Amino acid sequence: MSSRTSRTGGPARAGQYLALLAYLVFLAFPFLWLISTSFKPSRELGSLHPTWIPKDPTLANYRQAFDEQPLLEAAGNSLVAALTAALVAVVIATPMAYVMARHRTLLARAATGWVVVSQAFPFVLVIIPLFLVLKNLHLINSLPGLIMVYVVWALPFALWMLVGYVRAVPPELEEAAAVDGASKLRTLVSVTAPLLAPGIVATALFAFITAWNEFFFALVLLKTPEKQTLPVVLTHFLGAEGAADLGPLAAAAFLATLPSLVVFAVIQKRITGGMLAGAVKS
Amino acid sequence: MRAEGLMRAPRPDRPDHPRRPRRSRTLAAVLALVTACGLLSACSDDDGGSDGRITLRFQSLAWQKESVDANKELVREWNATHPDVRVEYVQGSWTSVHDQLLTSFEGGEAPDIIHDASDDLADFAYGGYLADLGELLPRRLKSDIPQASWDTATFGGKVYGVPFLQEPRVLIANAKWLRESGARIPTPEKPWSWPEFRSVTRELTEGKGKFGVAWPLKEPVSATLNLSLSTGGKLFHRRADGKAEIRFEAADEVLPRTVHDQVNVDRSASSATLGMGGSDTLPGFFGGKYAMVPLGFSYRQQIAQQAPKGFDWQVLPAPAGADGLAQGVSPQTLSVAEDSPHKKEAARFIDFFLRPANMVRLARGDWMLPTGKEALKDPALRTEKDDWAIGTALAEHLRPAPAQSVRGYPEWMDKIATPALQEYYSGAIGMDELRERLVEDGNLVLKRYQR
Repeated sequence: MSSRTSRTGGPARAGQYLALLAYLVFLAFPFLWLISTSFKPSRELGSLHPTWIPKDPTLANYRQAFDEQPLLEAAGNSLVAALTAALVAVVIATPMAYVMARHRTLLARAATGWVVVSQAFPFVLVIIPLFLVLKNLHLINSLPGLIMVYVVWALPFALWMLVGYVRAVPPELEEAAAVDGASKLRTLVSVTAPLLAPGIVATALFAFITAWNEFFFALVLLKTPEKQTLPVVLTHFLGAEGAADLGPLAAAAFLATLPSLVVFAVIQKRITGGMLAGAVKS
Repeated sequence: MRAEGLMRAPRPDRPDHPRRPRRSRTLAAVLALVTACGLLSACSDDDGGSDGRITLRFQSLAWQKESVDANKELVREWNATHPDVRVEYVQGSWTSVHDQLLTSFEGGEAPDIIHDASDDLADFAYGGYLADLGELLPRRLKSDIPQASWDTATFGGKVYGVPFLQEPRVLIANAKWLRESGARIPTPEKPWSWPEFRSVTRELTEGKGKFGVAWPLKEPVSATLNLSLSTGGKLFHRRADGKAEIRFEAADEVLPRTVHDQVNVDRSASSATLGMGGSDTLPGFFGGKYAMVPLGFSYRQQIAQQAPKGFDWQVLPAPAGADGLAQGVSPQTLSVAEDSPHKKEAARFIDFFLRPANMVRLARGDWMLPTGKEALKDPALRTEKDDWAIGTALAEHLRPAPAQSVRGYPEWMDKIATPALQEYYSGAIGMDELRERLVEDGNLVLKRYQR
């Protein structure tokens, strides 16, 4: 690694950093603009020469957003739906992924193929049958119904991700544990699970963010205002033909992104940390 | 390779750190608690007990504060005076109403009373999802709304919605700029003709990025078709056998040619705004780049809120043609779901909701015009303030938007007309190619829907 680093020349390294900086700016621009917009009074929003820093910053957009829409209630619904969906998806997907990665049977291959195929179904194709199924189960207009959909929706990709993580854990570790006399369960709990933790966290994060941002299922399945989730409530700031109540929308959208940011900030080390650091010596 | 001691498998992110089981357990406990609470609280929810009263769900698409307030107040007033029929207010969204309603209809879970727009009703009406309101509505309401408005929500001779709010397209002008140019100020009684409008925009254009007009034509089809009614352009015609066909005649050419020439010949219209929505043009309008912007009447609200202090603006009628100030509109509508078990009660609520005084409140909340003749007489809608009077004077000229009841129109609009008009307005294609694409390609689309 160090020899490769030393071969990278100064200009090349500068170019790399420049590209990275450009990419970061590209990613950060909409978010920073959103924050800036959320603090601007309506007259500044119509300015031909907008500024990054609001000339006359105000919290009026936040006040209006909270006054007009039940943001806290909706955020609570979103949090419950997203957290539950993420946990359940991971709990189901982890043992499935282990079996599919370690036992390459015909069934496992067929299951993998089905997972890939299931990703090709568009929302519009499944929404009406899904609606009817949930209606028969009396799960329309209920968070458990929505959570069930989110779990099913997240499961294929979660499974796909976790199979990769399981395959990256060398079977030799489990074999060594068996040689040392550990039972299968003990091996899974004490060896495999800790090594899989970053993958499980990454998968949970993926499932959480997917559910947190999901709009269409929530729109269709939840009927009463007190059960609606945040993405649905955010559209209440939008009118016909692209008209929008821009200030309150920006304020509410900024608040809606905060939980994702916080969750990511808290657990990112678990994702980026070396997955097998210290476990194996070459 | 060999494995290190089993019992010392380190935390992957902190290889040298001692484990912190308490924190992990606490986190797990909190997550489990949240999950359990969520499931329990959600499971305990139900659709409400039955107390013998009828409950109607009213899905409203009102989104601006004044409009939402007006809607909610009216629902409260109804509920206070009608204890036997309770109306539950449900807020929907314009951005996804079609898909949401379609799913709800298919699943038998649609709201009883549905707020939408007339140009979105055709599929639902032909699909049997909406109730025919012909026999349900009282005579008062039927006679209060002009036939031209009823026509917008009538499909196959049946009425599937009550049109109640509408807005003409108007010119919103920088009043100071217009005054200083010396141009004649048009009025509803004496509007500009299309050639006069083109001439005025040439005069107003000052070069250096200052244009006489900015056409926001991100969605060019409805603007083109609706304004073309003023020149007698219909585009969609009914044959003797009742089937629709597209013909692009001399009257249909006037508006597209005017816009095309303003952008590409006179340079009096900004080419940059052709791909913009109405709101996107406002900063340039406030910043003195454009003297006029053709917009829906309700955009006055945004302008009143966002215009810089001292910015002097005014509303002008859109130019007139051979058919005067006629233009097409797709009013907002209230419909009743066919599956609703309480259609009569829903119709009673609609009648209450659209009483003249209530229609005025709704119109003011949305900065739009009511369809009701009595509501239009209200002094609050004839005031000079914010040029309400100009819009009210235009109400009698509003007609159903062309083609909204033609099956296959949405596909023609998306696949044929939108790209063809965008290319024509930007100068990429000429009038002959525009005609060929709108008519020949368009009729092929319609044919598929009319077999």
